[in-house]
Amino acid sequence: MSARLRVHDIAHARAGDKGDISNISVWVYDPKDYPLLKKQLTAERVKAAFPRLIRGEVLRYELDRLHGVNFVLHDTLEGGVNRSMNLDSHGKSFSYLILGLELDAD
Amino acid sequence: MKRSLRIACGAGFSSDRLEPAVELAQRGALDYLIFECLGERTMAFAHRDRMLDGAKGYNPHVAQRMRAVLPACRRHGTVVVTNMGAANPLAAAHLTVGIARELGLAGLKVACIEGDDVTRQIGPDTPLHDRQGNVRDVGLPVVGANAYLGAEALLPALKSGADVVLAGRVADPSLFVAPLAHGFQWTMDDWQLLGRATAVGHLLECGMQVTGGYFADPGFKDVPRLVDCGFPIAEVNFDGGFVVTKLPDSGGCVTTATVKEQLLYEVHDPASYLTPDVTADFSAVQIEQAGDDRVRVTGADGNRRPDRLKVTIGFDGGFLAESGISYAGPNAQARARLAGEIVWQRLSRNNALQGDLRIDMIGVNSLHGTAHQQATDTEDVRLRVALRSRRREEIDTMLWEVEALLCCGPAGGGGYRASVSPCVVTHSALIAREQVRPTLRMFTA
Repeated sequence: MSARLRVHDIAHARAGDKGDISNISVWVYDPKDYPLLKKQLTAERVKAAFPRLIRGEVLRYELDRLHGVNFVLHDTLEGGVNRSMNLDSHGKSFSYLILGLELDAD
Repeated sequence: MKRSLRIACGAGFSSDRLEPAVELAQRGALDYLIFECLGERTMAFAHRDRMLDGAKGYNPHVAQRMRAVLPACRRHGTVVVTNMGAANPLAAAHLTVGIARELGLAGLKVACIEGDDVTRQIGPDTPLHDRQGNVRDVGLPVVGANAYLGAEALLPALKSGADVVLAGRVADPSLFVAPLAHGFQWTMDDWQLLGRATAVGHLLECGMQVTGGYFADPGFKDVPRLVDCGFPIAEVNFDGGFVVTKLPDSGGCVTTATVKEQLLYEVHDPASYLTPDVTADFSAVQIEQAGDDRVRVTGADGNRRPDRLKVTIGFDGGFLAESGISYAGPNAQARARLAGEIVWQRLSRNNALQGDLRIDMIGVNSLHGTAHQQATDTEDVRLRVALRSRRREEIDTMLWEVEALLCCGPAGGGGYRASVSPCVVTHSALIAREQVRPTLRMFTA
């Protein structure tokens, strides 16, 4: 059985909002961890992890040169900053949702 | 023409800190100091302020900021560019001229840019861009509408020798693109250079978010002296390459990691970041550490600008009321949950609520509650009840029921607090460039 680690152990992230779309960029600290991140932290994985939060499409853009990926989560902010009833109406804390996911260390 | 320019950010949002901006004005040896103070939320609230008092509607900190930085900026020949005019740039310009006179800065030239307010061009049939349907379908009164002006709107003011440029809704990076294009005499169809200038603006526009603010995660991402974190400076070369840095004795840090996080902040496709000036392409950007707290950024590119401009429309959403009560110690979660259930029942039984009601347990599920129900063993829980409604009597009923939990709810509830604030809902639309006519007025102190 391979060891488990959290995305937070190998990467950092920041979330931004525009209307009802949240984007979360995730960057590995050490370039050697980038293939692992790219292989396991897919758009499908993120979408499946939070079905009640992410109501729309999830896209992933890859920045191989900078060792990071950018997730774009549609229909995720309960209508956006001026409509959401969530305490965190910007979804600023969503970066740590992704950092809390587990990966196989393999 | 200069071969390089020093441009810095003195505010990255409406309520940003003041001291680091003063430090920059005094010791930054700056050509330009930019204050970016508008978001979708703040613009909407500025419209509300102006409706209540025709002399208001600009950023509430204009006077403090101008008073604090103008003497040093005058001394060093630093030009100030800002969107602090918000929904009333003219009033902000008059205020600034008055302050300049008080400070003895006779001759200071203050430019006022208007024309972003397109409220009169928005009608019930205007189609929306961020959802199906048109303005009428939202079913709420329009408070105001602003088009995102680009760098071109600011160039005439800079060419006329303005010391302060006060505008309303200008796209955030354009506040930086305009002084760079002016200073280096770039043409407004050189997409590659405009793409690079947009990278400068994008990285700096949120202030400390690139110098160690919004970054610290103790034990994982430590930031030295966050308490005294400095605002960012860009040293921009005439070819559009640049270094992000800060005052050497300020706190914080500029590293490849802080720059990467900010590079994609609020960006979707890195190869297609739309602004009024250019379709910027950050997909091939290179970021390298070039010294302590110095990061070199190269390789940004750009393509033709979009044909239409984005418009943000604010609608009157009534009130947002929030109230809460706390439970602690053994079985705190169960007591908070019970409190939430009975508030819900009492409100839905006695009052046909038309507004949106939401109940959270802070400490258990308030932020990511919609993502996954988390069972935690916290013994410090706060019940939050939020209601958005256009009917004030509904708001008051909700607040009453939550306060009544003090005697009529589960055991040990305490710390009731409540707040009611006006609520503005926003949506976006697109408008043809020809329909938006920026204007310039110059005033001399």
